[in-house]
Amino acid sequence: MLGRLSLSAIPFDVPILVGTFAGVAIIGVAVLGLITYFGKWGYLWKEWFTSVDHKRLAVMYIILALVALFRGFADAIMMRTQLALAYAGNPGYLPPHHYDQIFSAHGTIMIFFLAMAFMTGLFNFVVPLQIGARDVAFPFLNNLSFWMTAIAFILVNVSLFIGEFSQCGWLAYPPLSESQFSPGVGVDYYIWAIQLSGVGTLLTGVNFFVTIVKMRAPGMTWMKMPVFTWTAFCSSILIMVSFPVLTVAVALLGLDRYFGMHFFTNDGGGNQMMYLNLIWAWGHPEVYILVIPAFGVFSEVVPAFSQKPLFGYGTMVYATCAIMVLSFLVWVHHFFTMGAGPDVNAFFGIATMVISIPTGVKLFNWMFTMYKGRIQYHACMYWVIGFMVTFTIGGMTGVMMAIPGADFVLHNSLFLIAHFHNVIIGGVYFGYIAGMNFWFPKVMGFKMNESWGIRAFWFWFIGFYFAFVPLYVVGFQGMTRRLNHYDNPAWHPWLLVAEVGAVLILLGIVCQLTQLYVTIRDRNLPENQDVTGDPWNGRSLEWSTSSPPPPYNFAIVPHVHELDAFMHDKENGIDTRHAGGPYEAIHMPKNTAAGILVGGFSLVFGFAAVWYIWWLAAIGLIGVIGTVIARSANKDIDYYIPADEVARIENEHSRKLMAQAAE
Amino acid sequence: MAHDTTVHAGHDEHHHESPVVFGFWVYLMTDCIIFGSLFATFAVLRNQFNGGPSGHQLFEISGLGIETALLLISSITYGFGMIAAHKNEISKVIGWLALTFLLGLGFVGLEVNEFAHMIHEGAGPDRSAFLSAFFTLVGTHGLHVTCGLIWIVTLIVQLMGTTTIPERMMNKLTCLSLFWHFLDIVWICVFTYVYLASMI
Repeated sequence: MLGRLSLSAIPFDVPILVGTFAGVAIIGVAVLGLITYFGKWGYLWKEWFTSVDHKRLAVMYIILALVALFRGFADAIMMRTQLALAYAGNPGYLPPHHYDQIFSAHGTIMIFFLAMAFMTGLFNFVVPLQIGARDVAFPFLNNLSFWMTAIAFILVNVSLFIGEFSQCGWLAYPPLSESQFSPGVGVDYYIWAIQLSGVGTLLTGVNFFVTIVKMRAPGMTWMKMPVFTWTAFCSSILIMVSFPVLTVAVALLGLDRYFGMHFFTNDGGGNQMMYLNLIWAWGHPEVYILVIPAFGVFSEVVPAFSQKPLFGYGTMVYATCAIMVLSFLVWVHHFFTMGAGPDVNAFFGIATMVISIPTGVKLFNWMFTMYKGRIQYHACMYWVIGFMVTFTIGGMTGVMMAIPGADFVLHNSLFLIAHFHNVIIGGVYFGYIAGMNFWFPKVMGFKMNESWGIRAFWFWFIGFYFAFVPLYVVGFQGMTRRLNHYDNPAWHPWLLVAEVGAVLILLGIVCQLTQLYVTIRDRNLPENQDVTGDPWNGRSLEWSTSSPPPPYNFAIVPHVHELDAFMHDKENGIDTRHAGGPYEAIHMPKNTAAGILVGGFSLVFGFAAVWYIWWLAAIGLIGVIGTVIARSANKDIDYYIPADEVARIENEHSRKLMAQAAE
Repeated sequence: MAHDTTVHAGHDEHHHESPVVFGFWVYLMTDCIIFGSLFATFAVLRNQFNGGPSGHQLFEISGLGIETALLLISSITYGFGMIAAHKNEISKVIGWLALTFLLGLGFVGLEVNEFAHMIHEGAGPDRSAFLSAFFTLVGTHGLHVTCGLIWIVTLIVQLMGTTTIPERMMNKLTCLSLFWHFLDIVWICVFTYVYLASMI
């Protein structure tokens, strides 16, 4: 009846998990109780969970990402603490079975649920506004994508308390991940979490690709498109090309485990290296999926806070496209040690080094944008400059490892760990946080607190170097990744320093939470309010609407004349908004519960498939299909905002603008 | 799924033409990459028989010919359905869709029969890496055809009792048309690369 599920699946014997569960349960009950007490369930359901508004979905994505950051960082600091303790006979406090789950969950969560969710949140918020569109091409699918990502994250967290998570690293290499060596449910949780969130990500890629191709404002030709939109476009293409390969790789692993097939097994003719090729044919483009939009953020933040147009717009676009193409030609550098031979390794080594050229072009473009600009040291700019320094170092260690001979020494050592955290924290995370500080007033209508933002930056920035430079050193000294304990006295002091770094990063996160708290507390102070909708003297169309934007974004779809459309209009005295009308009724998509229903049924399906509860899996699958069919038959999917209502909202904003100008 | 969009039938004053068909076509290209990866997997594992039967010993050309014929003819009948849809002849559309459904069902039935026969002979997907790759590639195509069958039934039911074909329904029919022809193209690759190349 319950498949493999029994009471013994609940890890009562692991005090850390019991404590975590108690904490999560108390916080969960408190949150649910508060929502009930204030009677907000209807509001949440109507205005958020079923919303197809890209702006609402953006906020939900970023909240999801911050929750994932909390979970992923808790894993990280537990690992660092284990390695600070587990030395010279001391086993530490995390037995290998638990420790292995933690490093696997850390990587999976940070990539799929922190970085991907944060990136999709930024796409959702910025892209439709930057191209002068009223929504994305497929608003319902956008809502569905969010729920698929959210329920996959829930599935990963369910594995904490019911059963176990994968112990095979974030990419679950076979044969270790085959049922012969991992008979438990951990890898199955991993497989279903990846597959379900993959559906969401793939639909996001298609959605934004079509949105950018089809829905740009009149006059916005390709080379008048803002750079962030360009990066979202390239990133969407990478998603569409690479995520299906991930789906196949993980599906084949699942077929091995569920049906005893022989794709990657030791016996039966299976081939493990095929898994590595497939997973990295996705995995390498994946890191560019994440970092290219961060480059887009920098390309928006630097001009805004240097009060200059971006230096080298064209080269920036071509560099982005070049990186997009090259990212598919380098995947073998993740396993030079496979033994593909000198010719193959040389090709992939050189292709890898070539990527540093367009990336270098971008760095110089940002620096030349700052050169002779009137730079304002806003909190965003701290993250940008921190990125420039940190990412450059990470890029250089990457070029070192692109040399196959050097890679044979450094492969799977902590040097590699230091390298990719160097580019992912220094590039992706710093970029997304800069983006959050930059676009926050547009989303919420009030600015983020700057002092706490700068404090958060310094803790993160210094903490990063304390945490990861020691890993470069012990990597050179031969320490491999995923060690549970060790006895080499030369490593110990460095791992203590790394622990200090993790604590500094923790303080950085505390500062970020404080920043959010102070921001919300002080939101009504006049200096924090964003009345004009253009707090930074911005250049692109998102700054031409009010903050937060009305549900329809643009009462009258703007006409684009030049690159940096809004700046062009401001300099030439053109009213981008066409205030005063005439306004027309605006056609809008209706909210729908179909997304959350498909998500809910998918969660049921995923959980049941993990535990072999086949009747429940059938219910989940039928629920998904039934909901999709019902949605397809639903004719009540849109409505109109009447012209009077549009005029009322727009005149209200004009009145505020004039009051501001009069002061 | 991509045919669910904001564009409501009859509300044609939209500034942008409906992105549904383009979006679905783009989605199909991602599906194409799934098949591409499965073909690559098959290419790597096609000689890993593990002492078990090879394709040459397993495949029968006659049943395969009928399967192929059914699927190709179903593409033609779907095409006639689309012509009828453009002429707004709803009963004819339903008739052609029903015929397409039967042909597709026949295809899936023959494939299931072939699979059952092979598994019965001890040549199931767990026998060797070659058979794992074979069952997965051909089965994924069969699963797609099955989804197409469910989709056809859904549209037939939605068309019943209506007198006009609004834009949203036309988009759905066009998307399903793309899907159905796409599966035909994939099948031609399966037929040549998996079956014929194994028999020579």
